[in-house]
Amino acid sequence: MNKDLFEYTLRLGDTSLILSQRLGEWCGHGPMLEEDIALTNIALDLLGQAKAFLAYAGEIEGKGRNEDVLAFHRDANHFRNLLLTEQPNVDFGFTIIRQLFVSTWQHYLYSELTHATDKNMSALAVKSLKEVNYHLRFASDWTLRLGDGTEESHQRVQAAVNELWNYTGDLFEIDQVDEALLKLGIAADMKKVEASWNKHIRQVLNDATLSVPEINNFMRTGSRKGVHTEYLGFILAEMQFLPRAYPDAKW
Amino acid sequence: MKEQSSLESSEIFQLLYAIPDPEVPVITIGELGVLRSVDWVNGQLNITITPTYSGCPAMFAIEAEIKTILKENNITDFKLKTVHFPAWTTDWLSDDAKKKLSEYGIAPPQHSSQIKHLRPDEVSLQCPFCNSDKTHLTSWFGSTACKALYFCDNCRQPFEHFKCHH
Repeated sequence: MNKDLFEYTLRLGDTSLILSQRLGEWCGHGPMLEEDIALTNIALDLLGQAKAFLAYAGEIEGKGRNEDVLAFHRDANHFRNLLLTEQPNVDFGFTIIRQLFVSTWQHYLYSELTHATDKNMSALAVKSLKEVNYHLRFASDWTLRLGDGTEESHQRVQAAVNELWNYTGDLFEIDQVDEALLKLGIAADMKKVEASWNKHIRQVLNDATLSVPEINNFMRTGSRKGVHTEYLGFILAEMQFLPRAYPDAKW
Repeated sequence: MKEQSSLESSEIFQLLYAIPDPEVPVITIGELGVLRSVDWVNGQLNITITPTYSGCPAMFAIEAEIKTILKENNITDFKLKTVHFPAWTTDWLSDDAKKKLSEYGIAPPQHSSQIKHLRPDEVSLQCPFCNSDKTHLTSWFGSTACKALYFCDNCRQPFEHFKCHH
């Protein structure tokens, strides 16, 4: 088994899975019917992507763990999702900024991975990228409307940008897994992804009359090692309850 | 031991091709491009399907329907596999399938070559009810992953659009 590839695939799958779970909390609570549907559509796309990446991770590992086992029978310290994805929804503006940061990251990351020398990785990147493009448009459009909207909407999304910015360093942290796979032509070059991400985010925030926080802010990282914020445990408690309480339960 | 089906793979392909899509029943899984291939390999039937969108929940219903049809034709030794490559695109839909969508009240996808990549909403869509092109987008997301919501300013009807996915 290629341990690095397993780890790398797990990171992509977990990031989609946890953000999907968070967005799913909006179901029936969106500010308008159309946006309620949009958020849950995005959640569904991400869930599908998580299923594909986690299934592939299980295949690489070769220990018989399928996507369901990986999703429902691991504890928080074994999850590799980005810290951003587990942050709470707070309000619609906060959810939009979180989505903007993650979708932009996924857009440039998957664009790189479409050239991956690993055929499964490139196939999943091509497939996911098509869907992420819709998410990115949605999040960018709403950032403009809210940032350049009313005094209150502007103040709320600016607060979201300020708070979530501390988790953006986590997006680009690299370790020996990235380095090893980059040499094999499988992983994305995070330096390139970071440069593109910064350019797009600064453009959107600027157009939305929002300001970018000081770059020397403290950055909270740790997702690569499974060091999470307190929120993840609560997400898993809800998400994993049924299959853990009733291990043989079938739909 | 039960004798395996004597049907040719092309005959089985036609049988499965005709399964209606669970969410847009006016077109079949063959026309939609979800059904990719059917082959006999050493007495085992290999079937491959691909999802439209990664999270499409209709895949479960489609798999169940395929299994039912195989059972009806005494095919017990088979492998049903989901593939992600080549990635599904609406460019696989035939003109005939697009016509059926339109008659059903869903504005069909344009061919990707007609879309300006960065400004897809600049393409004017025809209302499937009154054929007016005075329509506007209300949301990029609709009742299923593959559709967007539009409104016709002429006949004042909301309608769905099967998004161009490429």
